[in-house]
Amino acid sequence: MKKHTKNSFLNYGIIILFFVIFQTLVSTKHISNSLQGQLIPICVYIVMALSLNLVVGISGELSLGHAGFMSVGAFSGVIVSTALKHSVENGALRLLIAVIVGAIIASVAGVIIGIPVLRLRGDYLAIVTLAFGEIIKNFLNVLYVGVDAKGLHFSLKDEASLGLDIATGTTIVNGPMGAVGITKISTFFSAIILVIVTLFIIQNLVYSRTGRAIKAIRDNRIAAEACGLNVTKYKLVAFVVSAALAGSAGALYALNYSTVVPKKFDFNTSILILVFVVLGGIGNLTGSIIAAALLTVLPELLRAFSDYRMLVYAIVLILVMLITNNEKARILTTEFKYRLKIKKKSIGNKEVSE
Amino acid sequence: MPNKDIKLVSVPSPNFVPERDLGKPLVLEVSHLGIDFGGLTAVDDFNMAIGATEIAGLIGPNGAGKTTVFNLLTKVYQPTRGTILLNGKDTAGMNTIQVNREGIARTFQNIRLFDSLTVEDNVKIGLHNSMNYHMYHGILRLPKYWKEEKAAHEKAMDLLKIFDMEDMANAKAGSLPYGAQRRLEIVRALATSPKLLLLDEPAAGMNPSETAELMENIEKIRDTFQIAIMLIEHDMNLVMGVCESIAVLNFGKIIAKGTPAEIQNNPQVIEAYLGAKKEED
Ligand SMILES: Nc1ncnc2c1ncn2[C@@H]1O[C@H](COP(=O)(O)OP(=O)(O)O)[C@@H](O)[C@H]1O
Ligand SMILES: [Mg+2]
Repeated sequence: MKKHTKNSFLNYGIIILFFVIFQTLVSTKHISNSLQGQLIPICVYIVMALSLNLVVGISGELSLGHAGFMSVGAFSGVIVSTALKHSVENGALRLLIAVIVGAIIASVAGVIIGIPVLRLRGDYLAIVTLAFGEIIKNFLNVLYVGVDAKGLHFSLKDEASLGLDIATGTTIVNGPMGAVGITKISTFFSAIILVIVTLFIIQNLVYSRTGRAIKAIRDNRIAAEACGLNVTKYKLVAFVVSAALAGSAGALYALNYSTVVPKKFDFNTSILILVFVVLGGIGNLTGSIIAAALLTVLPELLRAFSDYRMLVYAIVLILVMLITNNEKARILTTEFKYRLKIKKKSIGNKEVSE
Repeated sequence: MPNKDIKLVSVPSPNFVPERDLGKPLVLEVSHLGIDFGGLTAVDDFNMAIGATEIAGLIGPNGAGKTTVFNLLTKVYQPTRGTILLNGKDTAGMNTIQVNREGIARTFQNIRLFDSLTVEDNVKIGLHNSMNYHMYHGILRLPKYWKEEKAAHEKAMDLLKIFDMEDMANAKAGSLPYGAQRRLEIVRALATSPKLLLLDEPAAGMNPSETAELMENIEKIRDTFQIAIMLIEHDMNLVMGVCESIAVLNFGKIIAKGTPAEIQNNPQVIEAYLGAKKEED
């Protein structure tokens, strides 16, 4: 079996194991309420980290507004879910529709940003995605959406100007107060499914003709062009798939709460996701999974310090950078890996000789 | 120092298309090609024609503009002046990608491989445009994916055989020794099924036995694939040994053209080279 096939199965294995363990803990009530409440966010952040890794690690572009796509998915998911509340009674089906719509709208946003920016040479994507994240947050802060018997109503002014029918109308999005009155339909199981689908899409994409082209362009753009690869197209593919996955994660995330505010998806969240990717190792999907899971529960475990969370992250990030760029530390880790290998080999030899 | 103001002997200069290619259309026909970088004229009034299966050489001192000619032919730079006909088709307005699809593949003086990809995957990138399964075939692992990937694997292995590199297929390209990296670049370029292969100093950094092998392989490639090859090289044994015609570039202009024998005895060429040597010393 090829090394990457092994890695792919390892990743599925980790997720399934994670599900089995925590599902058992939940059903036997051996888990604290606060940790149980973190299960869906963990899955969501794993999807966010994996999808950002597609852009940062596989495609080699820096994106600083990944939370922006998450919020696009979150708000469109909530609008769809609330609007379909009476026509689609089945929660799981409504969640599925909301997640798909979230993915589609986020990918549209991805195309709109990606087409002009990814044609350029240079690191313009970082700046533009940063701006996108801020713009979308400010836009959602003044967005009012409601639904009544006549359908959806939109306004950029205030709730009253929605002109909702008093008897049948409900406000879905209420400016800075965010999406309100959400019916929680996300489940741990559905979140796990989303992680597995994400892994399936990213891993199969990376190890196909398309993924090979994306990586080649990252390694050497000029050589890729000389081989006839459409550079803009493949950079765009990576970026839009990533945006779509972030959108679906956003929808699932929002439908796990009764209210979601736009501020939740700000620059800090984008950086947080980037930190998961950097800590887990750029281009390393297993690393993204583990980093996202650990760093999502960490503040929960260190509740008392939660005000200093960003400070702690900054310190951890600096430490990791120091370690990965430190000659001594690098020698230590290679030596450690080397010893591990020797150990494995000697164990293997024993088996053969016995 | 050679006199920059020497007017060119022959404009348009005669071409030296081998007899066997005379009946066939020219693969490349360049006339009055030139480019300015700001005030600097890097290439000027470059004229050349290459026959369908010709091996042509482009030589000249460092900084003469040889690589710039390749960059013009492959549209890394858009020419300031002149026309490039590829199989009779004007490439004006085309970009690097389109020129590759029309049939020019190249290697680079400063090796440009996809370092983190395996040797096999580097070749498969060359095969990319000859495969046509879509993204969803790949994601869903549909039969078309398996079929085309298998065919690409076999094709890549076949191509690697040219240089006996099959056993390196799973190594990372960036980890290969220098000579092997140069050979892999040639294989990758060939994988794009070019009609004209441009080699920029293919023997640089190779030892004499590797260079001798490369010479044989250049001829073998021409014979097997029936394509034209244009190469830039400083190793005179290689150039004189495999090229059927040679153009000499100095200060961006062609100062001589001819068969290897003619070039070796051309006083202007000798002066250009000696002049350059003196400068370097
Ligand atoms: N992008 C560029 N901008 C400015 N000058 C350039 C550029 N590319 C090449 N040149 C100049 O053109 C001249 C020819 O360079 P080059 O084609 O690399 O020479 P060589 O014959 O050694 O391959 C040099 O003087 C070089 O500095
Ligand atoms: Mg050069």
